[in-house]
Amino acid sequence: MTRCIRRAAACCLLLLIALLGNAARVQVVQADSLDTNQANRRPVITRYGQPRGNILVDGKAVTGSKDTGEQLRFERAYRDGPLYAPVTGYASQTYGTALVENAEDGILSGEDARLAPFPLWNELTRTQEPGGDVATTIKARVQEAAYYGLDGRRGAVAAVEPSTGRILALVSSPSYDPGQISGTGPRAAGNWAKLNRLSSRPMLDRAIRETYPPGSAFKIVTAAAALESGAVSDIDEDTGTPDPYILPGTSTELPNEAEGCANATLSYAIEASCNTVLAGLGVRVGLGGMAGTARKFGFNDSGLRIPSAVARSNFDTDMSEDQLALSSIGQFNTTATPLQMAMVSAAVANGGVLMRPHLIDRTLDHNGATIRRTEDSTYSRVMDDSTAEQLQQMMAAVVTEGTGSNAAIPGATVGGKTGTAQNGLHNSGTPYAWFISWAQADDAARPAVAVAVVVEDASAHRADISGGGFAAPIAKAVMEAALED
Amino acid sequence: MTAPTVDAPPPEPCLPKRRGVELVLLTAAVLISVCGYAAVGLTKDASVPADAASYGAGLGLLALLAHLAVRVRAPYADPLLLPIAVLLNGIGLVLIFRLDLETPHDAAAPTQLVWSTFGVALFIAVVVLLRDHRVLRGYGYLSVAAALCLMIVPILFPAVNGAKIWIRLGGLSIQPGEFAKVLLAVFFAAYLAVNHHALSYTGRRIWGLQLPTMRVFAPILAIWLISVCVLILERDLGTSLLFFGLFIIMLYVATGRGSWIAIGMVMAAFGAFAVGNLEPHVRSRVDDWLHPFASIAAGEGAGQIAQSLFAFSAGGVLGTGLGMGHSILIGFAAKSDFILATAGEELGLAGLCALFLLYALIVERGYRAGLALRDPFGRLLAIGLASILAIQVFVIAGGVMGLIPLTGMAMPFLAQGGSSLVTNWVIVALLIRVSDSARRPHPEAVEPGVVVPVVEAAS
Repeated sequence: MTRCIRRAAACCLLLLIALLGNAARVQVVQADSLDTNQANRRPVITRYGQPRGNILVDGKAVTGSKDTGEQLRFERAYRDGPLYAPVTGYASQTYGTALVENAEDGILSGEDARLAPFPLWNELTRTQEPGGDVATTIKARVQEAAYYGLDGRRGAVAAVEPSTGRILALVSSPSYDPGQISGTGPRAAGNWAKLNRLSSRPMLDRAIRETYPPGSAFKIVTAAAALESGAVSDIDEDTGTPDPYILPGTSTELPNEAEGCANATLSYAIEASCNTVLAGLGVRVGLGGMAGTARKFGFNDSGLRIPSAVARSNFDTDMSEDQLALSSIGQFNTTATPLQMAMVSAAVANGGVLMRPHLIDRTLDHNGATIRRTEDSTYSRVMDDSTAEQLQQMMAAVVTEGTGSNAAIPGATVGGKTGTAQNGLHNSGTPYAWFISWAQADDAARPAVAVAVVVEDASAHRADISGGGFAAPIAKAVMEAALED
Repeated sequence: MTAPTVDAPPPEPCLPKRRGVELVLLTAAVLISVCGYAAVGLTKDASVPADAASYGAGLGLLALLAHLAVRVRAPYADPLLLPIAVLLNGIGLVLIFRLDLETPHDAAAPTQLVWSTFGVALFIAVVVLLRDHRVLRGYGYLSVAAALCLMIVPILFPAVNGAKIWIRLGGLSIQPGEFAKVLLAVFFAAYLAVNHHALSYTGRRIWGLQLPTMRVFAPILAIWLISVCVLILERDLGTSLLFFGLFIIMLYVATGRGSWIAIGMVMAAFGAFAVGNLEPHVRSRVDDWLHPFASIAAGEGAGQIAQSLFAFSAGGVLGTGLGMGHSILIGFAAKSDFILATAGEELGLAGLCALFLLYALIVERGYRAGLALRDPFGRLLAIGLASILAIQVFVIAGGVMGLIPLTGMAMPFLAQGGSSLVTNWVIVALLIRVSDSARRPHPEAVEPGVVVPVVEAAS
């Protein structure tokens, strides 16, 4: 009996060894794959177990965190959600993140290794640092001017500081409150479904994710190409373009909205927005020159990040001459984001040097110490100083004497360009009203701001849609706000 | 693994009682439990729970009373058994309290505390009233009758979570099957102690296997079959596995025939195959064990086993710390069947190994008493009781950690469930009684071929 008891005891010992070995297997050997299993909610619970870092505008938080007391404890909250939605994006427990919330998620959630003073120690103890903050380049006053200027009409505004590339305002209208989809459960799901169902598409970030035909506002790009290529050497010289202009290789006549465009000078053509002159110049510059200049301004760049991805603005690189003519006045397949058109205006204002647009000024840890600063960098040299100077003159004339008089600001030099872009097949849709501009205070060394405004208001009368009437007042308000600082 | 079967030298006249050691260990056990309770409070509310002192005092008082009962009635008992039981019970209370914080509407710790008190009271009663374990020898058939009754009664009650193992009396729900384990062990020990020679040496040999005569073997087989049938009807797989294992081990120890193991394995394989094919409930358990992540692949989220494995892996080597884990994700059984996952997540591999070793120590002490005892009934009873604990721990710990298919069973002393807790306290009380008898310096009679206890070196 004794021997049997010992053997039975040995069996129990085997069971113990099996349990210990299995525990080591589950808790050590397989731990990594179990911890990262998609169905394991622990990473998510950890992520929402602490308040999310904030996104700052003018050093003040425009976001917050709400303690729900539920399993996913902290929910994202937004101060002035609709105003800043095109900047912050959303951070939802159900639908993930977008825009800055997405691009800087590591910092905001505390997962970024750079937040940890001793990364290895954190790996070992599996602790998570408190979330850091993200300071944006947005100026609240400029953003508000743009948002209230649009006043709920469909459209967008982008404003940048020409000398640095800092984005001062990004507005998309109509907007939405990202706080409505922060959480989980039926409320968030219902709001999400509703926001995606609305025909006004409030969750579309029109400032950087939607492209529009830029229409006459594109004529600045064409003018720059004409001056750079030598197609025009003197802006006050007749260009010798007939009115109407017959599109090359076709019998189609291109008309003008403006008077006095026949054989007009470039400066008059910009001031009055002559289609014929600039279509002709585009053809004269040729496809290579036009596409090259457009590329320097940022068109056809699908890799632009601010840090969120910006939709690719398009200028076709393979087309016939008649298509080139139409493309040169911002029609045919030419499309641009509002940010792209602000970049066009900024390049002119900054003496031909286009600074890379950026939205993040710096990221901070929870103590306020800087982790990373975004340095200003050049995107490209688009044109010579002299070319830029001539374009500045012409754009200033648009405001003082031409179609952009609504944007004039006392005590500052303002340059602008209106645009009314045809929309839809045979111009059946409501055209878009564009205004791109820049402003420089009389006592300042360099321009303070470059703006692009687009209004796509389907409710307005067709005749009333013109860049000067609709978009210029908004641009003016935005520039005034930027000049005040 | 062979033991010398020489005639033993006369035992030492003065074997140390070690009651002082027991008291020190008990103090440590209570302190560890209170520290755990305080740690939960500090983590969750950044303050020590207001009733930490009273919890410690209560647990300490229970431990002290149990200790006094042992000191007076079983002075030679093994000093490890009671402290380990108190420690496991204390840790169990802490874990359940910790899980209660996640389910404020459904607090289980107060009930568990009441059951713990009841369990310790029963422990004291057994230690005080049962002067000698051999008294139980005469109650073999009575206990088996009682055990069968206890197992049959729940069939009349509605099923809970697919298993008909509960009876509800007012607000209390009791699992009579838990008590049946002890009664069955008593019966097996009593029956086998009388009949083990007949079982070993009579009967015919078939293919080199010594088979017992039917006359001796039939009652055991009948009772075992009845109990297994009842269990299949009640869908309580774990307990049936336990009875089966207990039956095989005790039969082997009593008869010394390896053939029992072989026959047992064949029967087990046959039974498992039959039940697995007849019972969809069992089949799904096996599928869950083989493919714990199948539900995830199917897009239905993690099942219980997957959640349990996630909890264990989240603990890693050192654990998240009490109150910092998310084992509540396992769902409704987190406090009962899956209590070990909370231990694994919050105390880590280190804490889990400690718990396994504590259980192993109880089992080892039971076996040690079995080796040292001289009467076959006592030996078999000690082995049976220790094996019940060993099998229970293995079956449920292996189940929740994906080693074997999951069967519903309570982790002794840790899991929520009054019946299991009380039963285990009775098991420890009986082990205290047999170990007291085993270590007593004046044995009444030494059976030939039995080793007398080796004196432990004073450590």
